[in-house]
Amino acid sequence: MTPQEALVLTQLVVREARLVDDGAYDEWLAMFATDGRYWIPLRPDDQDPELQPAILYEDRLLLSVRVERLTTGKAHSLRPQVRCLHVLQQPEIETCDVAGGTARLRTRYVYLETQGDQQVVLGAVAVHDLVQESGTWKIRQKTVHLLNPDAPLPMVQLMP
Amino acid sequence: MSGFYRADAARLAALVQPDRVHRDVYIDEEVFALEMERLWSRSWLYVGHSSQVPAAGDYLTTTLAGQPVILMRQPGGELSVFFNRCAHKGAQLLLDEQGNVGKLVRCPYHAWNYRLDGSLLSLPLKNDYEGSGIWESPAGQGLSRPGGVREYRGLVFARLSPEGPAFDDYFAGVLEILDLIADRSPVGELEVAGPPLRSEMRCNWKMYLENVNDSVHPISTHESAAHAAKTVGDGLSGAEQEMAMEQLLPFGASYSFYTKMGARVTAHGHSIHGTKFSLHSGYAAIPGYQDMLREAHGEARAHEVLSFSPQNTVLYPSLALKASPAMLRVLQPLAAGRTRLEVWALAPRGAPEALRRQAVNYTRLVFSPTSIVAHDDIRLFESVQSSLQAGGNEWISLHRGYRGGAEPVLPHDVDDGNDELLMRNQFRAWRDAMARSAPEAI
Repeated sequence: MTPQEALVLTQLVVREARLVDDGAYDEWLAMFATDGRYWIPLRPDDQDPELQPAILYEDRLLLSVRVERLTTGKAHSLRPQVRCLHVLQQPEIETCDVAGGTARLRTRYVYLETQGDQQVVLGAVAVHDLVQESGTWKIRQKTVHLLNPDAPLPMVQLMP
Repeated sequence: MSGFYRADAARLAALVQPDRVHRDVYIDEEVFALEMERLWSRSWLYVGHSSQVPAAGDYLTTTLAGQPVILMRQPGGELSVFFNRCAHKGAQLLLDEQGNVGKLVRCPYHAWNYRLDGSLLSLPLKNDYEGSGIWESPAGQGLSRPGGVREYRGLVFARLSPEGPAFDDYFAGVLEILDLIADRSPVGELEVAGPPLRSEMRCNWKMYLENVNDSVHPISTHESAAHAAKTVGDGLSGAEQEMAMEQLLPFGASYSFYTKMGARVTAHGHSIHGTKFSLHSGYAAIPGYQDMLREAHGEARAHEVLSFSPQNTVLYPSLALKASPAMLRVLQPLAAGRTRLEVWALAPRGAPEALRRQAVNYTRLVFSPTSIVAHDDIRLFESVQSSLQAGGNEWISLHRGYRGGAEPVLPHDVDDGNDELLMRNQFRAWRDAMARSAPEAI
């Protein structure tokens, strides 16, 4: 892996977070592979989100419902406006197989979400499993390990 | 604490009228404290599921009406509930949400040891207590227990107060529902599909429980979720219409759909919403499942079990459940304006894996803190909680379907699923419980 290739991977993780923070949800959704998934497990060692409860587990179809709702302006729960901020540490490249077109990155971060006078703070580690699709790196799966997935959580309306 | 309501029974009783309730039932902290003492402590509250503690020494910890308790499996297989408080100084005995204690429970503070049945086994410096009177005091009696514990088809309930209605009387008319849900398994047993989804809401617990029976809200409250699902769904071929869409799209169902689905209310505030059919009736059949249940339970019972799929059943005041997808919603009130919710997906043992999948998917899609459906609900509960501070009209309307006259004889079948009788029946139980004076200290 060249420094240039490494930069492309880490920049992808940074961009993914920034697009959510900027409310560019369609562009964000386009970063996912055709069979891409977004998973927030309920326990760190969970294996199968279809057979075990999870805080979130969505494919492109469900994510597009989520994005559609966020962008139509019909959702009363999003008033006053909900905003978020991902404060990332430097993403670490765990594995990268350029020839095989797969990579895994791990990123520690703090997620802030605010609405009116309320603010939610979540600590998390994101694992990005990336895959090459037609020469571009896409997100095969974003797995978010919250620091406190077992705690009673308030509403989290955007994407940690 | 002020005695504004505690000292004035008439004032407290006047909060609930046949067709409306005063805002103080939701926002007043003194009323909340009285609810815990008079209603919650004398009701049968959901503690946990038998499948969470299968082996001797297995335990789980939770709270009932704000009080910490332990559910413990005994060596003989029976289940016990203790307060999670050392008899000595009050330290919390078990700190994890679940685990196995082995043969004894040891207090981390001063090493008092208890047997699994809660009796005191040993303590350091025992001779120093000679003549102290401790063996005649509560400190020498081992762990305190709630007034009653009962397991029914895997669901464990406890009544905190030593006095109060007997279990079978309390849940008369709704225990059959627990049978119907358990019999969704060919061996008649459910298990939890994993840990619960936990939420905390800045609203009163009753708001949540009333909304469980509110079929008039989805078309407006969940408009954005239903609209987004429809917009995305319309662009798909039939083959792509997966389970998630099958579960999301019905949130746009019309008023007339719910009007026809029927309901039943029973004594103590319980209800079955959707006695004729519900949104959940329309799910695609699971191959082989029907035959499996016929073989296990016989033709008639299998039909009864499979055709029963109400929108929600409420076991007032702590539990709401669904038969299909099988799931529990457990309420934990913290304060007048703070409520915790645990949502448990259930899987019928021995049944096709698709049923577990269905329950896991539904709880996540509709009740997770990240659910677009839950956001619509919780945002409204929280905004109602704060806007009840408004002056002018201090009352919350429960008029829909009210025609005056005597209260219905219970159990009572409700023809119109949109009738607010289901909420009025919750407040009828509330009013009756609140009219009792406080039980003796336990």
